[in-house]
Amino acid sequence: MKVITANFVTCAVKECKTTATSFPLHFHDAELELQEVDFQPEFIRNVIPRIDWEGLRTTANELGFPSLPETKPEGDALTNEQTLKDLHRLLLETQVMEGKLVCGTCGHAYAIKEGIANFLLPSHLGKSNRIPIQELN
Amino acid sequence: MEYLIRFAQCHENFRKPEIQALATLVGADIEFLSYNDHSPYCVVKLPDNDAACAIIKRSVLAKDITELWGQGTNYDEVHAAVRQRSSDRWAQYRESIFSFSVDTFAGKRSQTRKSEIINSFGYMALEGPIRMKNPDEQFLVMEEYVSDAEQSLIGTKKITEPRNIYMGRFLARSDRDTIVKHDLKKRRYISTTTMDAELSLVTANMALAAPGKVFYDPFVGTGSFLVAAAHFGALTLGSDIDPRSFRGKDEEREKGEISALRNYKQYGLESKMMDLFTSDLTNTPLRNCGLLDGITCDPPYGVREGLRVLGTRDGVLKEPVFIDGVAAHYRPDYIAPKRPYGFEAMQRDILDFAVRTLVPNGRLAMWMPTASDEAHKFPVPMHPNLEVVNVSVQHFQKWSRRLMTYRRLPDGETSDITQGRSYVDAEGVMADELNAFRRKYMSRHGPPKSENSKPAAQ
Repeated sequence: MKVITANFVTCAVKECKTTATSFPLHFHDAELELQEVDFQPEFIRNVIPRIDWEGLRTTANELGFPSLPETKPEGDALTNEQTLKDLHRLLLETQVMEGKLVCGTCGHAYAIKEGIANFLLPSHLGKSNRIPIQELN
Repeated sequence: MEYLIRFAQCHENFRKPEIQALATLVGADIEFLSYNDHSPYCVVKLPDNDAACAIIKRSVLAKDITELWGQGTNYDEVHAAVRQRSSDRWAQYRESIFSFSVDTFAGKRSQTRKSEIINSFGYMALEGPIRMKNPDEQFLVMEEYVSDAEQSLIGTKKITEPRNIYMGRFLARSDRDTIVKHDLKKRRYISTTTMDAELSLVTANMALAAPGKVFYDPFVGTGSFLVAAAHFGALTLGSDIDPRSFRGKDEEREKGEISALRNYKQYGLESKMMDLFTSDLTNTPLRNCGLLDGITCDPPYGVREGLRVLGTRDGVLKEPVFIDGVAAHYRPDYIAPKRPYGFEAMQRDILDFAVRTLVPNGRLAMWMPTASDEAHKFPVPMHPNLEVVNVSVQHFQKWSRRLMTYRRLPDGETSDITQGRSYVDAEGVMADELNAFRRKYMSRHGPPKSENSKPAAQ
């Protein structure tokens, strides 16, 4: 799982999604791998406005990366090639291959294996938002 | 300026919507001056050559585009039009290395007659050397007759002289060659439900895949839609409730590699693979905000594979189970419980999901099957925050399937949904109760062969 994806996801439990502590999910026992990817400045510029900057700062800290600037780069800052390259490396080239993503609200740990995170919920968490069959009958 | 698009004579229903989508993508106003499902030729008005080339270079259903210099129903008309509309352009190409050819659709011309036709344009006074291979300029005469298909379908009489003749200067080829490059016969990792290369590319075009964008497929399977979106430059994100579909079965995997990734590598697109993860659309981990530029998907029909989402059959939450002191759901062999799911409920959930996660003007392109007899009264699933951009149909003998393309309306705008599907489908426990399409298909044709020979593991 890449760092950008970690910034796109939160806890899959519906009740957690609206709570402040469910995002970002926290990496535990993360095994990192750097995978080089073509530099795509256009993509970084487009996607930065969608990034939750506070969340990214937290994730970067937890993974042991140098701290990011306090405020999200905007406007002219996004024309600076070094800024874009640094973000590219963090967002698209940093990959968590093994480990867990833990929700700060419910404490559920989502496993990451071979770079694939599993967000399927066990039966005590995967509540359906539909009417159970008994109530319909 | 007027241009002639030459289409491939297939997937007729998708041709115009694809060109319209690409015009939106490149930001060009387009007007269709003539279009006929039974003809490959289509005349459009576009602002300039740059727009014409940009559109056609992305198209997979068109073959090429030509600057239209004149047209008519006979050669007198064509010559009059060419003299009137393009005489100011002849001088520009006087010295060019050129080719001049006659192309016919559903008709034939002898070599002698073709030469006569070419020579009849002698007044353009092209003096440069003629070279059939790699000329600088290609001039084309295209003749349209009536095809056998048109005759048998709508009864148009066959004719010996063309009904339309076009003359112009060739501008650009389409991206149609990619269909061959992406052919499933040569693709490293596919399954029984993999969408073919041509329609995957069309789907990506309908959803406006382009560099800098994020594309997502919530039913990623072997990744055919994402590979198509990646081909057009988007970064791609995919998930599936069954990770084996994209990871590959253990015994089939090479060097422990994620199987879907091999498809990206085959086409040199691995830099466009953002991530794959295991999840269920009804309990998605994606944040509720504008993250995605496009969603492309072919949701499970429930014909080959029964529909399942997370949850228990009775809808009641279960207490966690512990085995040897470890919570069962953290054990490596844990399989989350799944419950049957309605086809209509799923479509509604996809639309809701699209509204929550698409950026303004982002697009959802979703496939859906219908039994042939319900086709004429087919209700399109709708949502007030989504505009239906177009619906294209692919017909098969016993059923058809539709590609529905939606646009996420910016906040503050809503669409009229009174024509949409207004009913809520009942909950049930059998696949047939939940899925009107599956019920109709099975009652008439019996189960598809692949279901018996290769049951879907859930």
